[in-house]
Amino acid sequence: MGELRLMKGNEVLAEAAVRCGCDGYFGYPITPQSEVMETLMELRPWETTGMVVLQAESEVASINMVYGAAATGKRAMTSSSSPGVSLMQEGISYIAGAELPCLIVNVQRGGPGLGTIQPSQADYFQTTKGGGHGDYRLITLAPASVQEMHDFVELAFDLAFKYRNPAMILTDGALGQMMEKVELADQKPRWTREEILARSGSWATTGKTPDRQRNVVTSLELDSEKMEQNNIRLQAKYQQIEENEVRYEEILCDDAEYLMVAFGTSSRVCQKALEVLREQGVKVGLLRPITLWPFPSKVIGEMARKVKGILVVEMSAGQMVEDVKLAVFDACCCVPVAYTGRMGGILPSPGEVVEAFEQKLLKR
Amino acid sequence: MEIQDIIKPENLVYSKSKLQVDVISHYCPGCSHGVVHKIVSEVIDELGIQEKTIGVSPVGCAVFAYNLIDIDWQEAAHGRAPAVATGIARTNPDKIVFTYQGDGDLASIGAAEILHACNRGENLVVIFINNGIYGMTGGQMAPTTLVGQVTSTTPMGRTVELNGYPLKITELIAQLPGVHYCTRQSVHTAATVRRCKNAIRKAFQNVMDKKGTSFVEVTSTCNSGWKMTPVQANDWMVEHMFTEYPQGELKDNDKKG
Ligand SMILES: Cc1ncc(C[n+]2csc(CCOP(=O)(O)OP(=O)(O)O)c2C)c(N)n1
Repeated sequence: MGELRLMKGNEVLAEAAVRCGCDGYFGYPITPQSEVMETLMELRPWETTGMVVLQAESEVASINMVYGAAATGKRAMTSSSSPGVSLMQEGISYIAGAELPCLIVNVQRGGPGLGTIQPSQADYFQTTKGGGHGDYRLITLAPASVQEMHDFVELAFDLAFKYRNPAMILTDGALGQMMEKVELADQKPRWTREEILARSGSWATTGKTPDRQRNVVTSLELDSEKMEQNNIRLQAKYQQIEENEVRYEEILCDDAEYLMVAFGTSSRVCQKALEVLREQGVKVGLLRPITLWPFPSKVIGEMARKVKGILVVEMSAGQMVEDVKLAVFDACCCVPVAYTGRMGGILPSPGEVVEAFEQKLLKR
Repeated sequence: MEIQDIIKPENLVYSKSKLQVDVISHYCPGCSHGVVHKIVSEVIDELGIQEKTIGVSPVGCAVFAYNLIDIDWQEAAHGRAPAVATGIARTNPDKIVFTYQGDGDLASIGAAEILHACNRGENLVVIFINNGIYGMTGGQMAPTTLVGQVTSTTPMGRTVELNGYPLKITELIAQLPGVHYCTRQSVHTAATVRRCKNAIRKAFQNVMDKKGTSFVEVTSTCNSGWKMTPVQANDWMVEHMFTEYPQGELKDNDKKG
């Protein structure tokens, strides 16, 4: 059993980064996630594990610092909230194009524009459909508890290195600010130079030695034939990720006649709504996507064949609902798919979800 | 004596640095980039730091520097090389990291990144090619374009009313306490090439000695972009650029007391 503590989600991100042996954090302050860098500065990991923590001049700079560190085979990360992550999109596209592993955390707040500092899930499209330019994908993990904020840091790094692809933890201000009990992992050492060479020496900028050709980290290829081949290679990798890395949680889905689909904070609200509906005798289940990309389309399609209706609950105008509809369509199914949610930094209440469920699916 | 008797290793007085890759350079004949690449290759070779050096190439004509110098490289987004280099250097303090940037890259789109990297005193060499123009995209105005200079986006010459003044970013950089060494050089004559090489060697040596940022501007020609012959371009640079961008040392903390 690891150390138990009562902690904020943002603080846990920092603890988990140090404990999993992260090499470098580069960030720029923005509410509601500033505690990540503040906690790191208090932990002073450069004195213990040797992890670097640096406040950058902007999110444009912080993501490019991550790009630089990641190219050397180090485990590098940044965190920000929606407006800052918008600024990072160029860098994220370069990182994906150069096939580098790294971790980006988005503790979402309401938009568009400067918006609000309250929680939101309206960056779903930005994260799962691109955001930056070109055909690329981000491995996207959506925690629903402070414990998962902890666990997904190491998981994200593992997946990022397994596929040489940037990974994103897409969370929100509610999970970042809320306190829950968390079991912290034991401290792991950072990778040694030998471990980095063994793992990433074939591509990383570790310094050209006589035994190998120079390593060049780039996303540039002016020859269109070769650039298409690069894209084909990326797409093959993405397909592999879609086949191997889909993660989700099913709650009371076995006997379900109706289904709710929600991720992160919304899924916590839905759990309460589900209890209320079950008490009324409605057989409803909850499917919680843990990876938003790759999306659990297959299981949603399978569930769609069994249920009478699906309600997607989001803290946005309805973004993930489009992927649920596609999953249902791909399953050649015509079960009704409804959406409910709040925007602008407001969490839907369990009562609102129950009411929407009754109106839209039970037609009460 | 037959020529075959003369061509022998022991008679060699000059050769291409072994770090210069045997490929056809993409630079236009007359361009300063090629000469500076030669100098950088020689310096890395002579200091024996090939295995420790990581270059960060820019977006601009030098984007393909990684095809020309035989070290590990990373290609940065336009203007972001100093941030990329910061990430490399901070997590790899044993490495010798340098950026190689044009004036559009460093003084326009990347002005924030270069100022802050230098202000933090990142342990980097910065090589800044100031040719007063955007070479790669076809000769548009740069922040360093002279007043009156004709470019494809200032066809009647740069005016202060529309575009403001040439940005003397090297003077700005020299003010920053984090910067250890800041100099302005050129490579249009044998003598200036030698001086520039000394400056670049000193900059790399400073980073090996962990002295902070060393910044070398090379006031350069872009004869294609300027629509001149290489010889005319050299003359034009001496006559016009050197008044705006005076040559020589702006700062050397080694010489302080
Ligand atoms: C974000 C972004 N904006 C614009 C460009 C287009 N672009 C490529 S090179 C360049 C200018 C390069 O000029 P400079 O830095 O002076 O270098 P030179 O080519 O003269 O060596 C521009 C604007 C780009 N690649 N990326």
